Amino acid sequence: MPLFTLNINNKEHRIDVAKGTSLLWVLREHLGLTGTKYSCGIAQCGACTVHIDNAPMKACVLPIDSFADGQRITTIEGLSEKGDHPVQKAWIEAQAPQCGYCQSGQIMQAVALLEENPNPTREEIKEYMNGILCRCGTYLRIVKAIELAAENKTPIT
Amino acid sequence: MKTATKHSSRREFLKTSSGVALFIGVSGILPQLVSCKKTDKVRAQLAKHELTAWVRITEEGEITIYNPAAEMGQGSMTSLPVLFAEEMDADWSKVKVEFSPQEVEIYGSEGWAPGSKLMFTVGSRTTKSNYPVMRKAGAQARHVLMYSAAKHWNVPISELTTANSNVIHEPTHRELSYGALVPFLKMPDILPDFTEDQYKNPKDYKLVGKRIPRTEIPVKVNGTAQFAIDIRLPNMVYGVLERGNLHGSQPTLNNQTEILALEGVLKVIPFDYAIGITATTLEAALNAKKRLKIDWSESQATGYNSQEIYHDYEKIADSKKNGKIITEQGDVKKAMRTAAKTYRTDFKNDYVYHAQMEPLNAVIQVSAYFNSAEVWVGSQQGTDTKLGVPKLLNIAPENVNVHLQYLGGGFGRRSMNDFVEECALLAKEMAPRPVKLIWTREDDVTHGAFRPLTLQRLTASTDKDGAITGLSHFVIGDGGNLVASGIKNHHYNIPNQWAEWRETSHGVRLKHWRSVGHGTNKFAIECLLDEIAMDQGADPIELRRKLMVKSPRALATLEKATEISDWNGPEKAGRAKGVAFAEHGSLGTGVCEISVDQKTGKIKVHRFWVALDAGVIVQPDNVKAQMEGGLIMGMSSVLKEQITIVDGRVQQSNFDDYQLLRMEDIPESIETALIPSTSIPEGVGETATPLVACAIANAFLRLTGKPLRHLPFTPERVLAVLNG
Repeated sequence: MPLFTLNINNKEHRIDVAKGTSLLWVLREHLGLTGTKYSCGIAQCGACTVHIDNAPMKACVLPIDSFADGQRITTIEGLSEKGDHPVQKAWIEAQAPQCGYCQSGQIMQAVALLEENPNPTREEIKEYMNGILCRCGTYLRIVKAIELAAENKTPIT
Repeated sequence: MKTATKHSSRREFLKTSSGVALFIGVSGILPQLVSCKKTDKVRAQLAKHELTAWVRITEEGEITIYNPAAEMGQGSMTSLPVLFAEEMDADWSKVKVEFSPQEVEIYGSEGWAPGSKLMFTVGSRTTKSNYPVMRKAGAQARHVLMYSAAKHWNVPISELTTANSNVIHEPTHRELSYGALVPFLKMPDILPDFTEDQYKNPKDYKLVGKRIPRTEIPVKVNGTAQFAIDIRLPNMVYGVLERGNLHGSQPTLNNQTEILALEGVLKVIPFDYAIGITATTLEAALNAKKRLKIDWSESQATGYNSQEIYHDYEKIADSKKNGKIITEQGDVKKAMRTAAKTYRTDFKNDYVYHAQMEPLNAVIQVSAYFNSAEVWVGSQQGTDTKLGVPKLLNIAPENVNVHLQYLGGGFGRRSMNDFVEECALLAKEMAPRPVKLIWTREDDVTHGAFRPLTLQRLTASTDKDGAITGLSHFVIGDGGNLVASGIKNHHYNIPNQWAEWRETSHGVRLKHWRSVGHGTNKFAIECLLDEIAMDQGADPIELRRKLMVKSPRALATLEKATEISDWNGPEKAGRAKGVAFAEHGSLGTGVCEISVDQKTGKIKVHRFWVALDAGVIVQPDNVKAQMEGGLIMGMSSVLKEQITIVDGRVQQSNFDDYQLLRMEDIPESIETALIPSTSIPEGVGETATPLVACAIANAFLRLTGKPLRHLPFTPERVLAVLNG
């Protein structure tokens, strides 16, 4: 099997897998980075959202052989060392998760949103987050968490 | 590598720690106190009743409380330990929570039959059923600590008090922390039972009823919360099954040799209804699954078309032949005969699918000698806490260890353990290598177990004053209680009532789906009430006010919902409000405000209000979260979700053709008012969802004068009603 090299959370990983294997299976089953979740496999739900060079992408439809040298992959595990990224803190403040399964994808999408647009309107939040499904129905608290984390809102204590 | 070895790490902890395990067992197990320094005694106790403790205290004062319920987002990892810690007077900042072992005799709470025991996270029973268990165990833990301090200081126990993990002897100004008491702990001969007046006075509560952040949320925002699908074990292999989309069909595999020759494939394992494959990697297993060439037999479902069945159901409703009678109160026939007016309406609902975000999966390892098994699973547990594995593999139940993991959604799907049994059979074939079975989303949809399709025929009678005197309700569909639950009207003063279930059967797999029959029965009942109100020119709230005359708690939720929604206030142009009441343990009245796009038929829900009486509220913010989640899941199912069957085959397969509500369609706000109460807690997880269909339809009726009677209210259906 071919050997691939990926930069994940600022660390080089050499991975021996079949060509065409999705980044999601590489992360979860080969590297043990299980914070990124499988749910649909066809880029419809966003549970597997990671950052590729800071842009949110759905790992389930990215074959490992599609990465160029030097591309940086960030997963929920690489977002902060102690789970204290401002967005993660806002998520706790809003008590956003219920079952929690979709929340890594939600948080990765929200971080990308706020990096792109530090003061999103509610409509902009809804539009940007629309690709990430939550079955428990935590959407209102996700919006609240993003508003808490946004620069124009009360700082999180 | 992450592995789920909590079980053995607990043992390790006991052997090396200086703490004690406080074994306050129930069900005939004598209370035991074993110092962890005496490792032989710990081992002896563990051998008898492995980990029977509800709580463990270390000399450093760290307190571990065991949660006997599944955690699927409803908050059991906090609500149950909060009840325990409150009565124990524990310092919450020092509390850690772990899942208890899956041993029903020790950790079970009373089931539906008096005296029975269950570990079963279904029917919104977690808080209600464990309320007496956790309070009593917590109070007993406190009693042990006080008893030990009394002996240590040689003072009467009656002179002692506790506060925040300290035992205090005020007369001598002495104080010992729970941790410092550990070396002096003694077990009293008798552990008292407690009556209500011996529990903590609610005015002294520090945890119950307060905003306590949920204990498991930090791991759910940093990616470390462990779901069964995240388990990885040395030498683990992967299993997948191809089950087809015709339920009950039997496969004939035509290319086994080709499949076995594929890279990474280990075994092909036939099931009655599926072909199983094990492989060294997940991608190899999935690749092989795609290449299977299978002929499928016909089944009971062959020839069944779900969208055409309603005509047959109408004939069953017309029939004189009774089904199973559920409610027989007064004389409905006489009420109809003597009525000033009668109303007859049919309501329909299509199938819906659970769509829990974590597809079904399990990891199981069977020992080399086939005499023990380790099971890692996200399950809502069951009447058999070992999830059918002992019987299936002929292994003694005590040798099957179930390691419960967080559930990536349950909603009733994970109270069916078909996926655990599949994984057990694969693991037996691969023993002693552990097997991770994963259902793809396509498997999860096509081999789903749906909320049944039904037709409901309601007939109501009113007298000359317009009062409702009789209500007859036939539900036609498959699944018994799956379609019949919620058909009773405990809170409406209608003197003559009749309800019956008329059975059908199509061979389609069915299962409890959040709020079960309540979702569809309340839709029919509450919509009929509003159709009557409209006919009478009456206000829907006023009509319900009269019906709730004998049910003050239900009425209080109605009045509160009227108030917070400003029901009588002015309405924005193009919008209308609708009301509905539902009971599912707790009592709730919901009001929503909607508008309709007349061109597209799309319904927009702007705001939702709920007033809820759930007895004692253990975690108010979490109850609000359950209302929000229940309503949004309700909106999703009511406005979008639909499984259809053509010639027995499930037509949907993933989130592209089975649409869930997305962020773009959320309401502006959901406001919940909690009615203060000292009654025992009632379940809150399934009261909000059944409010949605009827509140939306009732708002639509007030907005347009036209009824919506067929779920889901897709834009096409809404347009057809608008133009009809």
